Amino acid sequence: MAESIRVEHATKSFTKRYQRTIKQVTVAKLRGHKTIETFNAIDDVSFSVQQGESIGLMGLNGSGKSTLLKMINGVMRPDQGTILTRGRIAGLIATGAGFHKQLSGRENLILNAAILGMSEKETMRKFDSIVDFAGLEDKLDTQVGHYSSGQNARLGFAIAIHVDSDIFLADEVLAVGDKPFKKKCLQRMEEVRDSGRTLFYVSHAAGSVRRMCNRVLVLRDGKLVFDGDVDAGIKFLNYDDEPENVEDRDAEEELGADI
Amino acid sequence: MTDLVEPRPVSTEVDEKDLPPLRPPSADNGLAGVLRRRYLLKLLVRREVISRYQGSLLGLMWSYINPLSQFFIYYFIMGTIFRLHEGIPNFAIHIFSAIVIVHFFAETFGAGTRSIVSNRALVVKMAMPREMFPVATMLVSLYHVGPQLVILLVATTISGWTPDLYGMACLVVAILMIMILGTGLALLFSAANVFFRDVGSSIAIINNVIRFGVPMIYSYEMVATRFGRFEHYYLWNPIADAVLLFQRAFWTGSTDRPTVMPDNLLLWGIGMVGVSLVVLAIGQLVFSRLENKIPERL
Repeated sequence: MAESIRVEHATKSFTKRYQRTIKQVTVAKLRGHKTIETFNAIDDVSFSVQQGESIGLMGLNGSGKSTLLKMINGVMRPDQGTILTRGRIAGLIATGAGFHKQLSGRENLILNAAILGMSEKETMRKFDSIVDFAGLEDKLDTQVGHYSSGQNARLGFAIAIHVDSDIFLADEVLAVGDKPFKKKCLQRMEEVRDSGRTLFYVSHAAGSVRRMCNRVLVLRDGKLVFDGDVDAGIKFLNYDDEPENVEDRDAEEELGADI
Repeated sequence: MTDLVEPRPVSTEVDEKDLPPLRPPSADNGLAGVLRRRYLLKLLVRREVISRYQGSLLGLMWSYINPLSQFFIYYFIMGTIFRLHEGIPNFAIHIFSAIVIVHFFAETFGAGTRSIVSNRALVVKMAMPREMFPVATMLVSLYHVGPQLVILLVATTISGWTPDLYGMACLVVAILMIMILGTGLALLFSAANVFFRDVGSSIAIINNVIRFGVPMIYSYEMVATRFGRFEHYYLWNPIADAVLLFQRAFWTGSTDRPTVMPDNLLLWGIGMVGVSLVVLAIGQLVFSRLENKIPERL
């Protein structure tokens, strides 16, 4: 089996600065207050993911999930340790980030696709399919500033999901969009998973993790505290003692829980 | 719609040799990464050109109004009140050729320095070479140089300009120098600006100093006669060299009266292109050092 993601002793620390101007810093120092505080958002995390695995990354807010995802995506580098990935990475992280309000949907689509690494040919080939997926045929030449937040998100999502990749990252993506769109998205993610690509899915929804993933990682305060079976991971987080049984919910409610 | 999810063998028993190598996901950055992704660069430049003056009545005209207003101020104040019309032949072309190059530098430097902070949304969230933004700003400024050159060409042709090969070489060297130097300084300052916004505020001062540190409202002849043996130190300012090269290209050929230019001007220019390359290398080095802390500080 081929390794797809290898994380070895990755640590990422953030520096919090409470004051910024020289005057504020001097005053704080004289009073004996802290001016700088560093903390590890990711603390000595190691794991390895095989090609084709689908991983659910879980944990409470602020446990470091998004930071870890950003490092795998290459937006940040770990301060210590190494992160290695194989092949092209794409995913539903910050979909629609950097949309320019004054440009039309068409212009934003082309620019965003290029940022995500698509070539001109690739964009042209997939253009219709992206527009179709987003369901925005009639608003394509309208400025993105006039889109509703849902339409904005749909366009971003549609572009991101059309990028060819070997590793697919998804960060709590299903919180936006209406029900039919959510359904379409989850379906597409299942296609991604079934095509043998590596899937890395951040979610709080036990239901959709159970449906999508075959392994769960749990982060707590930046440390990896659980790595293993899906059900055991959900149990580990105590996400299971929600009133109704996950199995009983219908698919749509599962998606709705992903907020 | 289905051509994107290529059906691949579901089995994970893939031979490792057939696959791309394991490598750090952020490896493709730096200026080399920018050159590799020219298509994206082109789109970013186009976006910037379209959006810079969107919602304004005069639109692209603004990038001419600014240098033209400067031109008229200098022309009347320096030319008429300080009587430089008499001392410097074709004073208008002398000023305008300097303004074109100084404006190119000031735009690249100023907008380049702000480029990382103003593209915050992309910088924080997207995996792409962040050098893209200072480089794109430089190209947008270069795009605006074009029409100004046309105005300059028309003006010089009317006043009887005779182009020469040496002058054209000077033109190319000057533009190249500002492109490289401007990008290098923009890299350096744009990263620093993330940490301390004071950097962005200081740009106005630096650009002001530059405006008076180049032979725009005074001639090189005055520098040569009044600086005495310090004349050569004046030439250590690359922007001053670029301005002189531009004036050599357009102003010298437009007048029959003798014009004073430093010796070996083109050599100085080529030397300064070398210095600019060093600045660019330093800029890249500092940028990659600071880059890792940029997302959390924005």
